[in-house]
Amino acid sequence: MNNLFPSIVSRSQSSGLMNFFVPIISIVLTLITGSIIFILLGFDPAYALYTFFISPISSTYGISELFVKATPLALIAIGLSYCFKNNIYNIGAEGQLTMGAIFGGGIAILFHDTNAFWLLPLMIFAGAIGGALWGLIPAILKTKFNTNEILTSLMLVYVALFILDYLVVGPWKDPFGYSFPKSRPFSESGRMPLLFDGLRVHFGLIITLFLIFVSWFIFSKTIFGFQLKVSGYSPKAARYAGFNQTTLVFFAFAVCGAFAGIAGLAEVSGPIGLLYRDISPNYGFTAIIVAFLGRLHPIGIIFASLVIALTYLGAEDAQLFLQIPSAVGFIFQGLVLFYLLGAELLINYKLTYKKLL
Amino acid sequence: MSDTILNIENITKSFPRVIANKKVTFDIKKNAVHAILGENGAGKSTLVKILYGLLEPDEGNIKLNNKDFKVNSPAEARKQGIGMVFQHFSLFDSLSVKENLILGIDEKMSYSDLEDKLENISSRYNLPLDLDAPITALSAGEKQRVEIVRILLQDPQILIMDEPTSVLTPQEVESLFVTLNALVKEGRTILYITHKLEEVISICDTVTIMRSGEIIDTSSTSNQTAKTLATKMLGQKLDDLKTNYGHIKDKVNFEVKNISCDFNDPFLTDLKNISFQVRVGEIYGIAGVAGNGQSELMDILTGENINIKSGSITFDSKKIEKYGPQKRRDLSISFVPENRLGHSAVPELSLSENILLSQFPKNNFIKNGIILKNNVDDFANNVINEFKVITPGNDAKASSLSGGNLQKYVIGREISSKPKILIISHPTWGIDAGAEHSIRESLIELSQNGTSIIVISQDLDELIEITHKISVIYDGKLSKPFRTSEVEIEKLGLLMGGKNE
Repeated sequence: MNNLFPSIVSRSQSSGLMNFFVPIISIVLTLITGSIIFILLGFDPAYALYTFFISPISSTYGISELFVKATPLALIAIGLSYCFKNNIYNIGAEGQLTMGAIFGGGIAILFHDTNAFWLLPLMIFAGAIGGALWGLIPAILKTKFNTNEILTSLMLVYVALFILDYLVVGPWKDPFGYSFPKSRPFSESGRMPLLFDGLRVHFGLIITLFLIFVSWFIFSKTIFGFQLKVSGYSPKAARYAGFNQTTLVFFAFAVCGAFAGIAGLAEVSGPIGLLYRDISPNYGFTAIIVAFLGRLHPIGIIFASLVIALTYLGAEDAQLFLQIPSAVGFIFQGLVLFYLLGAELLINYKLTYKKLL
Repeated sequence: MSDTILNIENITKSFPRVIANKKVTFDIKKNAVHAILGENGAGKSTLVKILYGLLEPDEGNIKLNNKDFKVNSPAEARKQGIGMVFQHFSLFDSLSVKENLILGIDEKMSYSDLEDKLENISSRYNLPLDLDAPITALSAGEKQRVEIVRILLQDPQILIMDEPTSVLTPQEVESLFVTLNALVKEGRTILYITHKLEEVISICDTVTIMRSGEIIDTSSTSNQTAKTLATKMLGQKLDDLKTNYGHIKDKVNFEVKNISCDFNDPFLTDLKNISFQVRVGEIYGIAGVAGNGQSELMDILTGENINIKSGSITFDSKKIEKYGPQKRRDLSISFVPENRLGHSAVPELSLSENILLSQFPKNNFIKNGIILKNNVDDFANNVINEFKVITPGNDAKASSLSGGNLQKYVIGREISSKPKILIISHPTWGIDAGAEHSIRESLIELSQNGTSIIVISQDLDELIEITHKISVIYDGKLSKPFRTSEVEIEKLGLLMGGKNE
């Protein structure tokens, strides 16, 4: 007798060691699958992988670019870990990023002919507020009406993108821009300072590292971080302990929104320098992969952000040298997430084939 | 040809640390309602899960119509003629009755065939159904009807009903009994799992009584009374222990007055006008079979649920019914809910971290929001040493401890802060005898030092051993208190089974 499909049985104990290796296993499996895809496309896999993963970072400029891409990814991912630790599935970081860019960029446009030391700090602050406010909408909907935050936060991404779209073709359009859908360029003091001459890596990296350190402190040393963790592991235990879960939901969404908002502002005031439609190549969504690949741990997230940033750079080089569409970068990101979730499942569950009579 | 349909022989099933069924042997007669009666944890559910193919027995045989019967899944059990209606329904809420029925049966069937069959079943067994109604719109009784019809569509010889009346109104219970009688008249057999004495006597022909995994007796119900059943179900309890009443003060320091709470949920029990008083140093026990409102009451006593309809809780002349758990702890009230894993402790966290779930004003665990790890670790080590918790250290995860050790740790955590009152649910549930003894000892010692204790438990032995006063909760109502040293076991048994006299 049959039973074609195995049943999924919970393991009594999950291996702590395997838990640690999950990200590494997922990356190795992604590389193997990637090689197979390259072979099927008719490329020498060694050459293709070299083009994809090594050549982009074989120059100082390349390494600087890696940090440029990793900065928003790491900053959003650490913000997301406030939500994910609390078992809140905020997948609307892209929208919170966009709102941060709109709020912070709005300040820059308002003061486009001002050059003052306070401009950039004000923009960063406005960016954080914009992202946090956008993040609080799903928090209110979740706590007041019990709506699913996955849906609401995702839908709000598109609302934010349309608002940006409206602004750059409407009220905020550059009057000297030949009707292109973009804003005025920001003034010099509204730009993120560059860290090295001739390289695009900017002050946003320092902000990111600082916020990662602060988050590490909150997660591991404060009662607030503890409450987030308990509420994520077991809402019942959090209720028993008397932790206010509504406050925790608001806090997690606000912090995540603020971090994503700062990331968005850092993009428009850093490499871009103005507002236009496509300010983010899906950093807000890709950061979800970074957060999980980094096991929601600050150090892990730093490494994961570099790995995933590399897929962005590799995709550009692959398009240039192998004539493969740059979407192959998203395929790699998807593979990492796929293997990550698969490995995660197999750590906690095993497949068994039930014997039948 | 005998009139026995099912022979159960020497069924044994053990789980880690517990033997759920020990050489269970009895026969079930054809064309009858056969009750399995027992307290929670007596092994009833394990036995029916084996019959229905959800669990595999370690030893023993089952014969159906004198042929060996062995199934590995519910689908096979249904094919062999055994159907089961679970206590918790498994229906798709957003689909209609008709769609649920089509999905629930094993063979393929067209809607028109289904409707023909249904008409037949509905009229024959008093099971009217509105086929197009969505499940969400149905009452608990109607949902149960859908479940029964779904099983009947497959024409079972034996129908297992697991605590079928627990979610029904009295009227719905009556109509269920009409259905059951019609089924038996047709030659089917019903296996009726319950802990309600009254039901056994009114509709069952034969009763098998289980206690701690063993069969105590199988006999006809005609010569049984609620009293004799209660005694067998609970066992001959120990003689009165010398409980010391000397240290109890006259002063009442915890009073619950007329608490009522409606949940509007068929799986929760509404609380009806609950009142009791606890004196300084007194251990007050609340007995009862699970599902009669204990966990609902516990949530109200801990402050996890503060949405009560009416009534008050007074502690040290303060009204506290609107206080959350932390505010109650600030007044030196401490609690241990029934569930260790995921309620009173978080399995994924270390023992040290678990200390932080329950903080009292005296503990110096937090300063300006920052955790003072040394103080927490010291406290954890102290609990581990004092309560003889077996563990490699305070950084071990709570999940790595055995149930008994974790319970000692959790209770130790609460006792170490010297609360004025301890509210504890099922203190020794699912743990080994050694840990059980040491926990009971520490509760008694705590009360002698002036702490009042409220113990909610299904374990009557335990309550009789440690409490000074005891009352019984049944269907959300609390009986008057009895002095534990004077009360008769039979009296408590009857109250637990819902019989007031």
